[in-house]
Amino acid sequence: MEIKKTGFYDIHQQLGAKLVEFAGYFMPIQYRGIMEEHRRVRSTVGLFDVSHMGEFFVFGAQALPFLQKMTTNDVSKLAINQVQYSTMCYENGGIVDDLLVYRLADDRYMLVVNASNLKKDWEWLNSHRTSGVSLEDRSDACSLLALQGPKSFATLQKLTDLDLQQIPFYWLREGEAAGVKMMISRTGYTGEPGFELCFPVEHSARVWAALMEAGKEFDIEPIGLGARDTLRLEMKYCLYGNDIDADTNPLEAGLGWITKLAKGDFIGRESLLRVREQGVTRKLIGFSMQGKAFPRHGYRIFSGMQPVGTVTSGSFSPILEKGIGAGYVPAALAAVGTPLSIEIRNTQAPAVVCETPFVKRSPQ
Amino acid sequence: MKILKDLLYTEEHEWVSVEEDVATIGITDYAQGELGDVVFVELPAVGTEVKQMESFGTIEAVKAVSDLFAPVSGQVVEINEALADQPELVNKDPFVDGWMIKIKMSDSSELESLLKADTYKSMIS
Repeated sequence: MEIKKTGFYDIHQQLGAKLVEFAGYFMPIQYRGIMEEHRRVRSTVGLFDVSHMGEFFVFGAQALPFLQKMTTNDVSKLAINQVQYSTMCYENGGIVDDLLVYRLADDRYMLVVNASNLKKDWEWLNSHRTSGVSLEDRSDACSLLALQGPKSFATLQKLTDLDLQQIPFYWLREGEAAGVKMMISRTGYTGEPGFELCFPVEHSARVWAALMEAGKEFDIEPIGLGARDTLRLEMKYCLYGNDIDADTNPLEAGLGWITKLAKGDFIGRESLLRVREQGVTRKLIGFSMQGKAFPRHGYRIFSGMQPVGTVTSGSFSPILEKGIGAGYVPAALAAVGTPLSIEIRNTQAPAVVCETPFVKRSPQ
Repeated sequence: MKILKDLLYTEEHEWVSVEEDVATIGITDYAQGELGDVVFVELPAVGTEVKQMESFGTIEAVKAVSDLFAPVSGQVVEINEALADQPELVNKDPFVDGWMIKIKMSDSSELESLLKADTYKSMIS
């Protein structure tokens, strides 16, 4: 299958980005280096091409009941222009995907889904579609940029008449920026204040250039998927395929806050009710390493001599300058302060369950 | 990307510089670029015996970990202590300040199995 290109592909090439195939797209893994890019986002502002993500539009008189059935969070609580983090589950409570639900109008919603799950999600949604619901996959027509960091407001404000301070966290506005009509949402995957901008792919070069110019005085840099991953891990945000998948449920993943069992029926609810009644057997914990040891996805977690789980995400933290990670362990070992060890090349490296987010930031 | 003409190379992207019976070893510019920001280099203790093409250490980058392979057999006579505090030297200057270990070779005929600069260059391009 041919590898797709986002609207920013030529720009990435000109910038000398290291491009890799990710979820069917050529995506920039890094430009100057993960460490520098990571710190740039935490200290000032960075620009990410995340156009590989999928955008599905759901509309029609039955859109709300349909989304209530398909997702775990309570869609009825969404006001127009509000955004919600959610998951879709299988009947057994395993996770199909995690996603953002945007309410754009009375009976019009947009779902932003993981690129790696796009096809699966599309088929899953369509196989449950009812009359009064229309679905449209606009992924190829939409560019999505994330502008993240403490200087993201000051950067974007130069390009729009909208008062960005009036957009609360997890809300959106439709308006013009850089002369392009777009959706501007106060969302992101870094823990920093920031925006995600969704607009027609043909305006990609223009919007990118305008943002890079507006951010120049703040030393804006383009940021690749490498730093996107280390930034999200410092916040212990889940990554589908690593921390959550069809074999994990939202309750053990720490996503109980977006699993509204009382909202009425939804796919997976019966199973999740049972899980809640019986209590979760394992939990997704965050742990930090002592010394120069770096956990990686797939390494085994031990308690004493006993293997008790597997690392789902692990990395060097550029801000804490030590190894951090996430993984599932039995609920009895999930308390902050619990000593564990990570098997790294036949040695046991000491780790401890710690509070998360690993790095304290305020995206609001 | 830099490739130094008078060094020898391995398919695992190490370089070797030979002075009498001592081989100085590091990783290539290409390798550091592929790994990304290096955060830790685990090296053997001085005195350790290493065997050609066996792992003598590991290199940890932010997002990746890789084994380091000994291009020749012998005894480790010196390690680059500076890498403990400044692993980024491997990124900044892989051929000079980012060197890793020196091996007193036990069999210098092993050098014949290493790649010349031209061969290495065509391998990575």
